[in-house]
Amino acid sequence: MSRIEAEVGKPQGGLIKWIDDRFPMTSTLKYHVTEYYASKNFNWWFVFGVLAMVVLVIQLLTGIFLTMNYKPAAAEAFASVEYIMRDVEWGWLIRYMHSTGASFFFIVVYLHMFRAMLYGSYKKPRELIWLIGMMIFFVLMAEGFAGYLLPWGQMSYWGAQVIISLFGAIPVVGDALVEIIRGDYSISDITLNRFFALHVIVLPLALIGLIFVHIVALHEVGSNNPDGIDIKKHKDESGKPLDGVAFHPYHTSKDLVGIIVFLMIFSAVVFFAPDMGGMFLEHANFEPANLTATPEHIAPVWYYTPYYAILRAVPDKLWGFILFAMAVVLPVFLPWLDRCRVRSIRYRGWMYKTALTTFVITFVMLGWLGLQAATPTYVMLARVFSVLYFAFFLLMPFYTAMDKTKPEPDRVIYHD
Amino acid sequence: MIKSTSIASVLALALAALLVAPPALAAGGKVHLEPANLEQDNAASLRRGARNFMNYCSGCHSAKYVRFNTIGKALDLSEEQLIDNLMFNAEKTFETIQAAMPAADAAVWYGKAPPDLSLMARAKGADYVYNFLKGFYIAEGSPTGVDNTVLPGTSMPHVLWELQGYQAAVFETHEDKDGSVTKTFADFEQLSAGSMDAEDYDDFVRDTVNFLAYIAEPIRSDRRKLGVWVLMFLIFFYILAAQLKKAIWKDVK
Repeated sequence: MSRIEAEVGKPQGGLIKWIDDRFPMTSTLKYHVTEYYASKNFNWWFVFGVLAMVVLVIQLLTGIFLTMNYKPAAAEAFASVEYIMRDVEWGWLIRYMHSTGASFFFIVVYLHMFRAMLYGSYKKPRELIWLIGMMIFFVLMAEGFAGYLLPWGQMSYWGAQVIISLFGAIPVVGDALVEIIRGDYSISDITLNRFFALHVIVLPLALIGLIFVHIVALHEVGSNNPDGIDIKKHKDESGKPLDGVAFHPYHTSKDLVGIIVFLMIFSAVVFFAPDMGGMFLEHANFEPANLTATPEHIAPVWYYTPYYAILRAVPDKLWGFILFAMAVVLPVFLPWLDRCRVRSIRYRGWMYKTALTTFVITFVMLGWLGLQAATPTYVMLARVFSVLYFAFFLLMPFYTAMDKTKPEPDRVIYHD
Repeated sequence: MIKSTSIASVLALALAALLVAPPALAAGGKVHLEPANLEQDNAASLRRGARNFMNYCSGCHSAKYVRFNTIGKALDLSEEQLIDNLMFNAEKTFETIQAAMPAADAAVWYGKAPPDLSLMARAKGADYVYNFLKGFYIAEGSPTGVDNTVLPGTSMPHVLWELQGYQAAVFETHEDKDGSVTKTFADFEQLSAGSMDAEDYDDFVRDTVNFLAYIAEPIRSDRRKLGVWVLMFLIFFYILAAQLKKAIWKDVK
């Protein structure tokens, strides 16, 4: 305050100075953008964080325009989506971008998480970034689930029916909990209304807040890199890491290339295969919700199916739910399950490499199995892969400690 | 470096496999479906399909999300052509397709109101509808006198019998070791001739299904055309961005 008063009547130094005297604009931009140094040897695995932001923006913008025309009422929801698809100018594009964006959000986030596993990004000192990231993932799952009910199609209705009823398996409080989630004795107009509130207000707010904290925490400790070594060990006279380049303009110009490639793939789906053969928009969801007719085969959307396959692999309802919940939550503990001395897969031994490769195959296979009808063969396969899924996490303290590592380089490896 | 790249490619392949995996909800259950082989952008076929739909389907089935003027624009039909040829129970071209038969009466007469057809081809697949319309056969004991190979027990009568004539279905029976008998559909046998031969009827059904697939997603052909331009723009943008990245990074050693 006194600083501002002292300068009254003197040349002010322009608008930027005027703002900087009142708000930390330039210093914030420097800290987070123009003087945030990240390793120059990022490969394309490091683009998925930025891509997740791009998808978030797509979802928020298209979401706003969808809410202008969508009616969150059981009697009108389905028809209002068709109204958007047929009568609203460019409504089809907005809707397809939003529905495709939902699937791409998960593709990008799964790849972003896999990057962390490849290069040990969750290891000290980035444990908190990983924890916040996992919270983002949980909120995203809830967001996708709430959003999927809104078109009020057959799969919206029956998918929600199956997933919400899972909570009924919890002893004592289960039935009450299910009633609280639905707000009714069955999925109804009331459920649709509260899911709409969650989908457009509560969960997006939580998502934005968590992403903000995720980035603040990241910029506090600095980004990891493909070699998993600390670039702050070697700095020049001015304190800038020798192997780091500024986020802007270096990483922004590189990310722009990645964003365009992403938009090409995204547009290819939006314009040429918006339902992705029933994967992104399920066929049965083009029929309005019918409380008296159960679809032949109910499967959640693809991004939940790895966990759904684990749930179905367990014959007991309660244990199925416990293992399902554990499968979702277990990655939270990665920073402490991983006992390896080095971060990056480049300097890890064969044990972790084998384990991670097996885990990827396991996750994809579980995802595929979760989409299929539960025939005895498939359930048996799902059991095998469920065991492998848990083994990856629960045996991690042992195989990562035993694994032989290679010496890490002193400086990051950079090919022009 | 090489090892992690190989893991990366495994993941990429696996994801690709996940995305092209057969859809979970192949409509129609276990029945074998002949491909409909639609010519999606054939305007003449779509116009014939519109004619067929309004003459043979719209008496009982609505398409309540579909406006006549939308059809007119896509099929290049003038307002007069729409009014004279397609609008039997509508006054204005912005109206949607409503069934002539009241749904409440239909529910009493058939046990179930005929479903709205706006999205049928998208919900069930074009092949399903194509096979359904060709799948009626004489069945004793059925209230309508017919049954359907694709949707057994359907309450829909064989509306197109005049055109197709009547056919019988030949079933093969298999007896398992435990004595249970399963019947599987083998072939049709023509019992009486209709006004069309098999080939003409096939074309008639294909045109109709083509129209149903069009009304299920009227924007389909427009979005494909626009998509080409969007991708061309992105390729151009990519070239600029790649050059920009190269220029900015040239001093990084």
